[in-house]
Amino acid sequence: MSISVGYYPGCSGSGTSVEYDKSTRAVCKKLGIELNDIDDWSCCGSTPAHTVNHTLSAALSARNLVLAAKQGQEEVVTPCPSCLANLRTASRKIEDETYRPKVEALLDESCEKAATVASTLQLIVEKVGMDAIKKAVVKPLKDLNVACYYGCIMNRPPELMQFDDSENPMAMDNIMEACGATVLPFPLKVECCGAAGGMPRKDLVTELSGRLLDVAASLNTEIIVTACPLCQMNLDLRQGQVNRANGTSYDIPVVYFTQLLGLALGLSAEEVGLSKLVVDPTPRLRFAGVL
Amino acid sequence: METIPLNSPDKEFIREVQERSGQNVLTCYQCGNCTAGCPYNFAYDISVSRVMRLVQLGQREAVLKSHSIWLCASCQSCTTRCPNNIDVAKIMDVLRHMAREAGYATERNIKAFGDAFLESVEKHGRVYELGVTASYVCKTGRFWTDIDLAPAMLPKNKLSIKPHEIRGKEHVSEIFKRFRERDIAKENR
Repeated sequence: MSISVGYYPGCSGSGTSVEYDKSTRAVCKKLGIELNDIDDWSCCGSTPAHTVNHTLSAALSARNLVLAAKQGQEEVVTPCPSCLANLRTASRKIEDETYRPKVEALLDESCEKAATVASTLQLIVEKVGMDAIKKAVVKPLKDLNVACYYGCIMNRPPELMQFDDSENPMAMDNIMEACGATVLPFPLKVECCGAAGGMPRKDLVTELSGRLLDVAASLNTEIIVTACPLCQMNLDLRQGQVNRANGTSYDIPVVYFTQLLGLALGLSAEEVGLSKLVVDPTPRLRFAGVL
Repeated sequence: METIPLNSPDKEFIREVQERSGQNVLTCYQCGNCTAGCPYNFAYDISVSRVMRLVQLGQREAVLKSHSIWLCASCQSCTTRCPNNIDVAKIMDVLRHMAREAGYATERNIKAFGDAFLESVEKHGRVYELGVTASYVCKTGRFWTDIDLAPAMLPKNKLSIKPHEIRGKEHVSEIFKRFRERDIAKENR
């Protein structure tokens, strides 16, 4: 199988979510997917840009889609749902002939040739598929109870994202099951974790992430699996803050789906960046025989 | 409970929200699905369905001075569940744009964080996380924000000490410059 696509790592990939970027690259390589970094990519503007102005947000994102097309990439994938939402929204806006000139005016170049966008999760599900993953698993995640948490915007709004289910997504559940894990029915799959409120309104994050951890704990979740750098940060790095705010004492590891998938495919703990996580998953993974 | 006098609707406000969001707010019949699913409702001063009603009634001040429009995290729950296909999250976004333009910021720290983030992008082309933190602290004077995270973060080397400069950073900063010069607020949809 030979798949080759453009790759947009997103800013957090070289900062707070280095292990997501690292494990994504390692897993894709293992699955025969060639990721071609967009040379000189820039920030999509994230949430702050679209809360200031939609055309500004579209222009910041469109710069990358135009760059990718110039570099010969028709399709770009990104691991980050926030980048995905911005890039897809921009893509939609520049398809609209009445809107495109506004974006082009800010960008000062033509947007006629621009790459399309999907998530790396979607790429793995649709282009590799569960049968191929099952066949490639060398270290099954048996005896591991996982809860898959998608975050709010990976699949919403459905009309924009066009992938999986907006209320009960199953992409990560299916991947984890293909890896041999026991997937718990996690009812808060698409609830918000508090998003970027951590710094300006920590109380919102400790409340909302607290609910997620409460429910995960009540299901005897051993590991929470995520696909979003912000969700992972709120649940993992801020788990201590959540505990202090709510009087709880959770220590539930929160890992990226690419890290567990990578381990199941035979990659080492080092290759999927396990040491970058704050709540250490290694005791549970050792107990389950994965490490 | 605060009461809002409903006389003299600001029709221009209704028109502007509709035009800038591309949404027909008048089709909202107050079913409450958006409020029922809103994860931030516990922190809102005006629930999202009430915000929609106040827009229909042309209550510019009440809406643009609310805390809710700043607390909304664009989680898309309201938009996904609206039975009338109203992109409610987009309307919340547009209301934030209008509040900014009118000089209102009822959640100063949230605005300061967004500003610090975008300044970083404008300067370096990509987000420089330590720079954003430093700028946010300067803007708000909240020196102890997240200081408790340092012991967990520093040994992990997850924060780059230096910004991630790109070759095209001038191109990115020009996007911001042209945006400010053109005042595209009014032509935005």
